[in-house]
Amino acid sequence: MSEFLSMGGDGAYVWSAYGITLATLIINAWLVRVKRGHALRRARELATQTEAPRKQPKVHRVQ
Amino acid sequence: MRLPRWFHQLGSPPHVYRLADRLAPWLGTLGCALLAIGAVWGLAIAPPDYQQDEVYRIIYIHPQTAYVAMMAYVVMAIASGVGYIWRLKVAHAAAVSAAPLGAWFTFCALCTGAIWGRPTWGTYWQWGDPRIMFETLLLFQFLGYMALRSAFDDRDKADKVTAILAVVGVVNVPIIHYSVEWWNSLHQGPTIMRFGSPAMTADMLWPFLTMVLAFTLTFYWLLLRRLQAEIVEREGDARWLRELAPEGAQ
Amino acid sequence: MRAFNAVFTRDLRVAFRRWSELAHPLVFFIIVVTLFPLALSPTSAQLRELGSGVLWVAMLLSSLLALDGLFRSDADDGTLEQLLLSPAAITVTVLAKVAAHAVVTLVPLVCLVPLAALSFNIPLVALPTLVLALVLATPTLSVLIALGAALTVSLRRGGSIVGLLVLPLTSPLLIFGARATDLGINGEPTAAPLFLLAALAALALALGPIAIAAAVRVGLE
Repeated sequence: MSEFLSMGGDGAYVWSAYGITLATLIINAWLVRVKRGHALRRARELATQTEAPRKQPKVHRVQ
Repeated sequence: MRLPRWFHQLGSPPHVYRLADRLAPWLGTLGCALLAIGAVWGLAIAPPDYQQDEVYRIIYIHPQTAYVAMMAYVVMAIASGVGYIWRLKVAHAAAVSAAPLGAWFTFCALCTGAIWGRPTWGTYWQWGDPRIMFETLLLFQFLGYMALRSAFDDRDKADKVTAILAVVGVVNVPIIHYSVEWWNSLHQGPTIMRFGSPAMTADMLWPFLTMVLAFTLTFYWLLLRRLQAEIVEREGDARWLRELAPEGAQ
Repeated sequence: MRAFNAVFTRDLRVAFRRWSELAHPLVFFIIVVTLFPLALSPTSAQLRELGSGVLWVAMLLSSLLALDGLFRSDADDGTLEQLLLSPAAITVTVLAKVAAHAVVTLVPLVCLVPLAALSFNIPLVALPTLVLALVLATPTLSVLIALGAALTVSLRRGGSIVGLLVLPLTSPLLIFGARATDLGINGEPTAAPLFLLAALAALALALGPIAIAAAVRVGLE
C-alpha cells in the first residue's frame, strides 16, 4: 500500500496531478449546480412577479 | 437550403432544455464511472513504464484534459458560428457555456503538464515546449473571449461580437499549433526536450482511451448542465419555464 | 477601386491632421526598446541574442497604441455609419481603412525597427531579412489590430481589452518573424518562416476584412 502511495518516489507529482484534476472537476460540477440553482430561482421569482399584480383587462365601452 | 426538422427543433430553448435534461444524467453517470475505472486502472493496474517508472501515470489525465480543452474551443466556435448565421439564441448559449469549461480544462492541463515536467525534464516550466506554449495561448484565447463577452451590456451584441472572435480564434488554433511545433523543430537537441511521452503498449493504451472517453463524456455532461442554466437565464419569465417542476439538485 | 482610394486618402488626410499623435507609437517603441537593455544590462553578445525577440515584441506592443483612429473616432461622429451605407462593398471600405492604418502607423514603425536593430548589435547582413519579415508581417498585423478595434468599437473603454484579444492572435507572427530574424543573424536559410509569414498575410487579407466588416456592423447596431 505504501508503495502504491509513494509511486516509486514520485508520489507527490502523481497524486498532486490527479488531485488537481479531480478538484477541477468537482469545482466545475459545483459551479454548474450553483449557476443552475440561481437561474431557476430567478425564473421562479419572475414567474410569480408577473402573475401576481395582474389587473382585470379594461373593457372599453363605446358610447 | 432546406434544413432537417431536428435542426429547427434545436433552435427552440424548451426543446433543448428538455433534451439536455434527459441526456445529462446518462453522460454524467457514465462519465464519472469511467473516470473512476480509468483512474484505478491507470494508477494501480497498468504496469510502470521502463523509462519514467511510475510518474508516467500522469499520461492518463494530462493529454485528456488538453484534448478536451481544445474540443471545448471548437465547440464554442461552431456553436457561435451557428448562432451567428442562423440567429439561434440556444447556439449562443451553448458557446457561452463552453467557454469557462474550456478555460478550466486548459488550466488543469497546464498544471498537470507542469507537474509532469518537473520529474521528467527537471523544470516545471519549459518555455520552448510546443505543448505548453499551445495550451497557454489557448487559455489566453478563452480568457479573451470571456473578457470581451463581459464587456458588453447588451447580450445580443455580446453574442455576435464574441461569435466573430471565436471563429477567428478557431482558425488561429491550428496556426498556433503548427507555429509552436515548427519553432520547436528548430531547436532539436538536448537543451529543449519534448514532453516525455512514453511509447504506449497495449496495456497502457486501454486505460488511456478509457480516460479520453471519460473526460469527453464528463465535459459534455457539464456543458449540458451549464447550457440548461444559461437557457433559463435567457428566457426570463417565459411561459414554459413556469411548467418546470421545482428543481433542486441535479 | 474608386471607393478604396476615396476612403484611403480620406483616412490618410484625417490622420495627418493630427500628426503629432502619429508619433506616439514610435516614441513608445523607442522607450520599450531602451528599457530592455536597462533592465537586463546585457553584454553585447547577449544583446544580439535577445535583440530579435525584443524588437518584435516592442513592435507588436507599440502597434496597439494608435487604435482609435481606425474605427472609434469615425463611429463617434457618425461617419462610420455613412461609410457602411455607401454603395461600395463594406469589405473594400474596411480594406481601405486597414491599409491607411498600416501606412500611418505600421510603416513608420517598420522603418524604425532596423535602426533599433543596429543598437542591438545585429549585423548589417541580417537587416534585409529583418526588413523583409517585417514587411510580410505588416498586412497580417494590420488586419488583426483592425479586428480588435472593430470588435471593441462600441465599448466605451474598449482599449484595455484589445491587447488581450489581439496579442494571442499575433503569436504565430511573432514566432515566425522573430525566428526568421534569428536565422538571418546566424546566417541560416530563412525561406521557410518568410514563406509562412507571406501565407499568413494572404490568409489575413483574404478573410480578415469579412470578419472586420461583420464586427463593425454588429458594433454599430
